Amino acid sequence: MKFGVLQFPGSCDEVDALAAARLVGEAELIWHGERDLQGADAIIVPGGFSYGDYLRAGAIARFAPAMESVIDFAREGGPVLGICNGFQVLCEARLLPGALLVNANRRFTFRQLQLEVVNADTTFTRACTEGERLSIPAKHAWGRYYADERTLAAMRDKGQVVLRYAPGQSFNGSLHDIAGVCNEAGNVFGLMPHPEHAVDELTGESLDGLKIFESMRLAVDGAPA
Amino acid sequence: MTAAASTAPTLQDALALGLTAEEYELVCEKQGAPPNVLELAMYSLLWSEHCAYKHSKKLLRTLPTEGRHVVMGPGENAGAVDVGNGLACAFKVESHNHPSAVEPFQGAATGVGGILRDIFAIGARPIAVLDSLRFGEPAGESATRTRYLLDGAVSGIGHYGNSIGVPTIGGEVYFEGPYEHNCLVNAMALGLGERERLVRSAAAGTGNVLVLFGAATGRDGIGGASVLASAELDAGDTSSGGDSDKRPTVQVGDPFEEKKLLECSLQLLARDLIVSLQDLGAAGLTSSAAEMASKGEVGIEIDVAKVPLREAGMEPFEVMVSESQERMLCVVEPANVAAVLALCERWEVNGAAIGRVTDTGRVRVLAGDEQVGDMPVRALVDDCPLYDLAPQKPASPIYPPPPRTLHADATIRDTLLALLACPNIASRRPLFEQYDAIVQSRTVRRPEQADAAVLALADGSALAVSIDCNGRRVAADPYTGTVQTVLECAANLACAGAEPLGTTNNLNFGNPEKPHIAWQLTEAVRGLGDACRALQAPIVGGNVSLYNEGATGPIYPTPVIGMVGRMPDARAAGRLGFGRAGDEIALVGPFAPSLAASELAKLRGQALPDGLARVDVAAVHAAQVAVREAVRAGALSSAHDIAEGGLAIALAECCLAGGVGARVELGDLSGRAAEALFGEAPGGFVVSASADALSELERSAPVHRLGTVGGDSLQLSMAGGAEASGDAGGATGERVSVSLEELARAHARLAELFS
Amino acid sequence: MKARVLIRPKQGILDPQGEAVQRALPALGFSGVANVHVGRLVELDVEDAQQLQPMCDKLLANPLVEDYEVQLLDGGADAK
Repeated sequence: MKFGVLQFPGSCDEVDALAAARLVGEAELIWHGERDLQGADAIIVPGGFSYGDYLRAGAIARFAPAMESVIDFAREGGPVLGICNGFQVLCEARLLPGALLVNANRRFTFRQLQLEVVNADTTFTRACTEGERLSIPAKHAWGRYYADERTLAAMRDKGQVVLRYAPGQSFNGSLHDIAGVCNEAGNVFGLMPHPEHAVDELTGESLDGLKIFESMRLAVDGAPA
Repeated sequence: MTAAASTAPTLQDALALGLTAEEYELVCEKQGAPPNVLELAMYSLLWSEHCAYKHSKKLLRTLPTEGRHVVMGPGENAGAVDVGNGLACAFKVESHNHPSAVEPFQGAATGVGGILRDIFAIGARPIAVLDSLRFGEPAGESATRTRYLLDGAVSGIGHYGNSIGVPTIGGEVYFEGPYEHNCLVNAMALGLGERERLVRSAAAGTGNVLVLFGAATGRDGIGGASVLASAELDAGDTSSGGDSDKRPTVQVGDPFEEKKLLECSLQLLARDLIVSLQDLGAAGLTSSAAEMASKGEVGIEIDVAKVPLREAGMEPFEVMVSESQERMLCVVEPANVAAVLALCERWEVNGAAIGRVTDTGRVRVLAGDEQVGDMPVRALVDDCPLYDLAPQKPASPIYPPPPRTLHADATIRDTLLALLACPNIASRRPLFEQYDAIVQSRTVRRPEQADAAVLALADGSALAVSIDCNGRRVAADPYTGTVQTVLECAANLACAGAEPLGTTNNLNFGNPEKPHIAWQLTEAVRGLGDACRALQAPIVGGNVSLYNEGATGPIYPTPVIGMVGRMPDARAAGRLGFGRAGDEIALVGPFAPSLAASELAKLRGQALPDGLARVDVAAVHAAQVAVREAVRAGALSSAHDIAEGGLAIALAECCLAGGVGARVELGDLSGRAAEALFGEAPGGFVVSASADALSELERSAPVHRLGTVGGDSLQLSMAGGAEASGDAGGATGERVSVSLEELARAHARLAELFS
Repeated sequence: MKARVLIRPKQGILDPQGEAVQRALPALGFSGVANVHVGRLVELDVEDAQQLQPMCDKLLANPLVEDYEVQLLDGGADAK
């Protein structure tokens, strides 16, 4: 299985996403100016500050040539994971519903958080169980998830709310404590916390993040863990 | 500054730019004629205290700078130590004090930007940032300003470090009256590079091309170095109105631009396309070009018309002194220039050939075809006069006693909670949660998990780093206080399991022309040298920031120390929190606590003592080694250095970090409860381990068993009457019990400053 | 011609920056302040004013969460 990790000017956690992906398969960086996704089976749009978060986080990155290919890839059902800034890019590109706004506390905040798995039946959470708690760090200033009430209701009905912050854990004020969502087709998933920083015993406080990458591998390889 | 380039500047102009009359005469002599506008501007910057270290260079030469781990010593953009496997760790600390007092967000942000550039300028990839901050008291009259500066500085550091993808893994902050009108913002950075491929900054090769790359040049910080950094801030400058006139001289940083600059620079070096590299910091092109020429003993020619500008109508002197951020200067062989410029374009940074290396030994500045400046390199850089200090111990106290904040009949329990909640001790979580501490996936110990930050290396070993200074203790005794600062830093490393490799220092002091400040500086440097020699942790680089004083007096002498150490096994990195119920707790080391210059003395409103007790450095060092070895062997569940607040605070911190209580028996305190519980000194550690492990440790250091880990409260039992003075005394057979919840509430007090 | 685009958070969406400013003003002695909102300003020279609206819809604003107003500065304003 091969992951393609996008790299924009200003990406920071692409190196970390690359290392995490390499724990379950092969992975290569894809330069933002390239349209060739190099035969990747799954795409990761990583965290960081692409284009300095200028104008709005992700607003400029969504127009990169590589993103045009990713949009086609997603339309054809290819799995796409957006982490933090990646989630922002996917919302700006309209591959995911909603938008990420400034944290309710207005500050960049870094904290290890407890997440709850709402939908364990997706390409990205198949290695989890419903209701399971995941310990994964979040670090961002613009992570408050917003969508209008009608959209939110539709998303809930269709199982598009995939991860929630456990009660009392969220610092960003996301509506309904939404931490991660997927599109209707279920092949595009975005989350604000960083699973790639919870894959290693030495530097991660847990290995729970590995489940997300493992789920993607399961979906692509079709083989049990 | 005089307007037209044809009008020759006068002595008055020179004085306004910060030169003395004697220095101006010397410049005229070196030039053979009075300098023109551009030449005067360049001399005034290069001969400023900030660039030339006029009052400190002779002192700094007494510091130990050599050692078996040193790969690059002082004098380059950063120093570096060998960390094994062909790798070197580059590190340095620098200050951005005056700009931060004027505009804290940008001052702190560009401070981080500047120190990061110093790291990648020698070919090392930045892997971590730490910050060391000082402000006035967050209560009373200075509260509003303190909160404004604190909030701005922390946001600025977070903004820059987070955006550029370098984790901010540690730091410290102190709140003391003497910093109210002169805040301190020191930033330290570490980087990793190949030992044999570290780059020096000496320009070389007559005919080689100077290429400037990075952001376009504007009017940022014009005159900043000499106007701000070498003069005392005026009395009226503490309100935002007074300082707003100085705002145009503060630089504005762009971390996104620097991220591109960093990747471009590292690629240029990886592809062997450049001969030497220098970042542009204080005094911009002026200092970079002149210093590169000086180190290489060559000449340099620059055409300001070739510099990419972002403002119209800039005069030649403005181009030369601009402190626009995110720019680097490199020397390139002519055959490689096209490739260099192409790489700049790929990374979307400006790149321009702006001059060349000559063999004239002079700096020639052109504006197109017209020569606008011509100065000998030696005169600009090497011949700046150095001054001897005239140190004199002050006959009477310099600093007023702090206000009393702890009531006179406070019990031991009251005292414990008051100390735990006081601004110098309370949890720094509201600060460090604004920093990304984990990007790049090397962080093994995050803030508040251990006494030092720990970063894993690829081979399974790890680096540990700490930054420390208690300015109040240095004020009480500059020599001993500085020795204690160095020991504190090394103790933090020891608790993580690391052996010191090298040291960096930022000397923050008042006006060195005043004899009592000269005395502080001289004694502090003497202590710094002696302590670094004793610990075999040589100085590999650093920074000096003088003239930190105003109408209300000087700052506490604050020699900030940053130390980097190494441990063979990252998995064995120490933790500060109690780990296991049932573990025994012990006080380890030659700990001789005293209330002199302690945090409790401050809360009691006591004046600084005249001098601190001598330190047995050898004994403290031996205890550090013993603790370090025990941590490495996995023999200890936890290890925590005793610092501000003394033993009781250290115990509380261990309980809070571990999420578990402790039962501690202190025995007969003979009426000296306050001293035993809250007294401070180097050489004390609180550790938790099995009984066997403690017996083993006892063979190499004094071990005093205290009690057991367990329960959900901190319980201190002691015997032995009230203190004669009445403060914090306890009746015979006293027991103090505080729940973890109550400890946590007190410990969280700093959050109020960020609401 | 010169154009100015003002971008504001949509009504009804939590605006913590606006709230923070609204809280800070009374502390500085300014009373009678309400409804503070913090947005963004983009100024640009354009040859074809018709392009401004699609520019806003596509890049300058996020229509999901922001409203925008275009002002033509060489005489006359055009609100949206």
